[in-house]
Amino acid sequence: MRRGPSWFNITAITLGFAFLYLPIVLLVIYSFNASKLVTVWGGFSTKWYVSLLSNQGLLDAAWVTIRVALLSATLATVLGTLAAIALVRFGRFPGGTLFSGMVYAPLVMPEVITGLAMLLLFVAIGFARGFWTLTLAHITFSMCFVAVVVQSRLITFDRSLEEAALDLGCPPFKTFFTITLPLILPAVVAGWMLAFTLSLDDLVISSFTTGPGATTLPMKIYSQVRLGVTPEINAICSILIGIVATGVIIASIVTKRREVERQRAERLALQIG
Amino acid sequence: MAGKSLTAGKSLGPVRRAFAPWNDPAAKPFIQFQNVTKTFGDFTAVDDLSLNIYEREFFALLGPSGCGKTTLMRMIAGFEEPTSGHVMLDGQDLVGVPPYRRPTNMMFQSYALFPHMNVWDNIAFGLKQDGMAKADIATRVDEMLALVKLEKFARRKPHQLSGGQKQRVALARSLAKKPKVLLLDEPLGALDKKLREETQFELIDLQVRLGMTFVIVTHDQEEAMTVADRIALMDQGKIVQIATPGEIYEQPNSRYVADFIGDINILEGKVTSTEGGVATLDCIGTGAKVQVTQDGGAKLGDEAWFAIRPEKVSISLTPPEDPSVNAVSGEVWDIGYLGDVSIYHIRLATGATVKSTITNTTRLVSRPITWEDKVWLTWSRDGGVVLTR
Ligand SMILES: Nc1ncnc2c1ncn2[C@@H]1O[C@H](COP(=O)(O)OP(=O)(O)OP(=O)(O)O)[C@@H](O)[C@H]1O
Ligand SMILES: [Mg+2]
Repeated sequence: MRRGPSWFNITAITLGFAFLYLPIVLLVIYSFNASKLVTVWGGFSTKWYVSLLSNQGLLDAAWVTIRVALLSATLATVLGTLAAIALVRFGRFPGGTLFSGMVYAPLVMPEVITGLAMLLLFVAIGFARGFWTLTLAHITFSMCFVAVVVQSRLITFDRSLEEAALDLGCPPFKTFFTITLPLILPAVVAGWMLAFTLSLDDLVISSFTTGPGATTLPMKIYSQVRLGVTPEINAICSILIGIVATGVIIASIVTKRREVERQRAERLALQIG
Repeated sequence: MAGKSLTAGKSLGPVRRAFAPWNDPAAKPFIQFQNVTKTFGDFTAVDDLSLNIYEREFFALLGPSGCGKTTLMRMIAGFEEPTSGHVMLDGQDLVGVPPYRRPTNMMFQSYALFPHMNVWDNIAFGLKQDGMAKADIATRVDEMLALVKLEKFARRKPHQLSGGQKQRVALARSLAKKPKVLLLDEPLGALDKKLREETQFELIDLQVRLGMTFVIVTHDQEEAMTVADRIALMDQGKIVQIATPGEIYEQPNSRYVADFIGDINILEGKVTSTEGGVATLDCIGTGAKVQVTQDGGAKLGDEAWFAIRPEKVSISLTPPEDPSVNAVSGEVWDIGYLGDVSIYHIRLATGATVKSTITNTTRLVSRPITWEDKVWLTWSRDGGVVLTR
């Protein structure tokens, strides 16, 4: 029998990855382009990264984006976790099905509609649009993603652990923080990361709900691209890709290490028996 | 708990033999169920049940799957509230007291060890809730670790332990707070037979030494007979009989109990005489009269059942000389060889089958009684019992 991948497999993988990553690779390469023309290679340079530092507009947008993402991801995680607990724990309560449906609705709702609905609400209650409306909108749409992630973990959570804690004299509230939360923490963190990324790159809902002085990076990039792509945009996008990639790599290393540790411990336990 | 007995050679015989508060009318029950009913939706899991458990008793709940054993235990622990009735502990009504305020601890069937804490922290968890001083906690945890012989494993996480070790941690954790009552829900289910038998004796040992009240749920009747002072046999949310292991085996109060505990021959009949404490049954199954000593449960003319354990039926190739002994003749139909004993299935002339166990006292070379032999089955008047339900 022949070993190793066949020609067909190699071709398929190459094409697949090229399809996925070629645009990104091009973007990163052109961010180091000395020429001002985006499509003409003029030699290697980091001058666009340097000039980014003096582009106050982009820097402001980046700062807004990060603040909104941190705040909305954190609040969405708290609310989403609470919603997940309510959905899993209280079993069938009157209106339970409706409630779970309502938590998940934004998951499939077209962003344009969510954005528009939010805008109408803020206008109706006379809420001045800006940083806070933006944050609220982001919490709303990312919360359900957190709820889904945390809920799937809670379903497999062994309730007798909580009962054991209660049995040993730990009141319910404390049980949640000493037993339940530490055990579902990986799911909560995953939910937070998801909410953070969703907030970071949201364009549609942000455009609807923002106001003066609260322009996010995706909005800024989008508006500048309409005037023509500059190498500076390539540079800032490369930085964003770098941040996201680092996050993903760290997360997977941590998970991997934990897995390896666990396997080693299990082998140890078996030997001692 | 593999290894030597914890009391190092001191027999518990005198303690165990003298203990029988349930016969003492002045004794105050420690745990009391008073007409407790528990329903889930329209399903009744525990049905108007009353029960007394005494201090320092080792009490076993036995019964088929789904009969309500766990539900009963969870009502003591506080995870379920009775739909009606009262659960009392030491004279105090437990209804409405949350689990974290009850002086009971439970050893869970799944052990429920906290996976993110090591063995030491697992055992210390309950003590920390009481706001015990750090030094006292450390002393107590070390004491518990020594008790279950896990000193070397204090820093291990639960997933680094074998099944038997986990079970010992769970036991140590539930004992650490010195609860008034320890609840054990099928604690030995995950262990192999040998380890299980050793652990059963360790549990008895612990219970007597610590002077605690233990309530154990089990599927395994041998386990219940080994560890318990008294056994409650349950069926569909009701208690069918509460008695010591000896009584429940020798004097079952119904066919259900007789059949559930151990192996037994049950033959249907009619009571034709009850003179002088001896009931005479006309057994349809044996085609003969059976005489049984009894204390007056069966009345003349009653429909009744004669029940006798296989080990109390003896087999011989000749008819008995004493005509007052119960005897029937039959043919050896089948023999089951189990090593220590052989079970003989004897087919009677009526077509009924009676089982008899014979201890194999010598190495089996050739059987003195073998297939298709014509044999006599005999048993004494106090070998079996008359059951009226
Ligand atoms: N929370 C619940 N909701 C609905 N029904 C329940 C609930 N808990 C228990 N039951 C039902 O009550 C009955 C008794 O359950 P229980 O767990 O006490 O049985 P058990 O005697 O412990 O059985 P096993 O030996 O299988 O553990 C079962 O028929 C079970 O389906
Ligand atoms: Mg059970």
